[in-house]
Amino acid sequence: MAVIEHHDTAAGSGEVYLSEASPRDFFELLKPRVMSLVVFTAFAGLVVAPGTINPFIGAIAILCIAVGAGASGALNMWYDADIDAVMTRTATRPIPSGRIRPQEALAFGLTLSAFSVCILGLAVNWLSAGLLAFTIFFYAVIYTMWLKRSTPQNIVIGGAAGAFPPMIGWACVTGGVSIESVVLFLITFLWTPAHFWALALFKMRDYEAVGVPMLPNVAGEWTTKVQILVYAILTAVIAVVPTVLGFASIGYGLFAAALGLGFVWYSVGVLRMPEGDRAMVPAKKLFAFSIVYLFAVFSGLMVDHLIASFGWV
Amino acid sequence: METINLTESQKKSRRGRNIALGIVLLGLVVLFYIVTLVKFSGGMAG
Repeated sequence: MAVIEHHDTAAGSGEVYLSEASPRDFFELLKPRVMSLVVFTAFAGLVVAPGTINPFIGAIAILCIAVGAGASGALNMWYDADIDAVMTRTATRPIPSGRIRPQEALAFGLTLSAFSVCILGLAVNWLSAGLLAFTIFFYAVIYTMWLKRSTPQNIVIGGAAGAFPPMIGWACVTGGVSIESVVLFLITFLWTPAHFWALALFKMRDYEAVGVPMLPNVAGEWTTKVQILVYAILTAVIAVVPTVLGFASIGYGLFAAALGLGFVWYSVGVLRMPEGDRAMVPAKKLFAFSIVYLFAVFSGLMVDHLIASFGWV
Repeated sequence: METINLTESQKKSRRGRNIALGIVLLGLVVLFYIVTLVKFSGGMAG
């Protein structure tokens, strides 16, 4: 038995709404796959940063960054429910499929945002908490509400939101922002367009259907392919900069350079893809490789730092 | 006071949400306990 409040009834209809959402549905709002990338890069920032952090505090920092990223994902799903319902890739998400109401997702996202920022501030430091708050704001408001539906450069500028986590991890340990953490930021920032436009190429008809101005729909396939190659080259270059600046070894530099060549190679494959190719196999291959690439670069940085820390070389 | 009877499916999902919320609250208690211990021990060491 349950007590009925007035807000449980739809206006005028007399119908009673009672949620059948499971904890799994709420977890899905957090975009777990995106969260795993955020957790990994934030952890890399935490490991690579000079200095030490108590392991428990470090774990809490990662948890807060993960929850903050998840909260921005929930806010994104709340705002984008209308277009999510139309696109095949997103139609089964909790809100368009009717498992969670938009206002539930909004409340969930706002609550988790507030908790993750406050706990990070209290447990670690307020600079990292401020960066996390800005990241959530940037993704939910600047990217989702403003850029995504207004400019084909949406993913370039919006990519900053996904690039902040290693900088936050760094700030958790050092209490500051430095050129090294900016380089960690730039690796993900410059990687995002090539990664996302590869997806946009083979999902361009989905984006076209909902009127989201993704680059392939607005500027055409060729321009997108050229820009993918440009960003892949920039990513390959910036990934070697840790060695140039001296906070990673030559071994890491060679590893990152080899990965970068692979990234550029796959981008050239996309460039040579025939116009109007429906299967878009090279774009799918680039998308898959880009995920491996980012994980490998940050793994390389962490392994390199651990080897240097323990004096194994 | 107006009441209604819940279906089995609604009861099951509500139970699931309550358990999840309980686990989260317990996790927060443990988290703040650990943070307090770490901060205090750090303060004493300093």
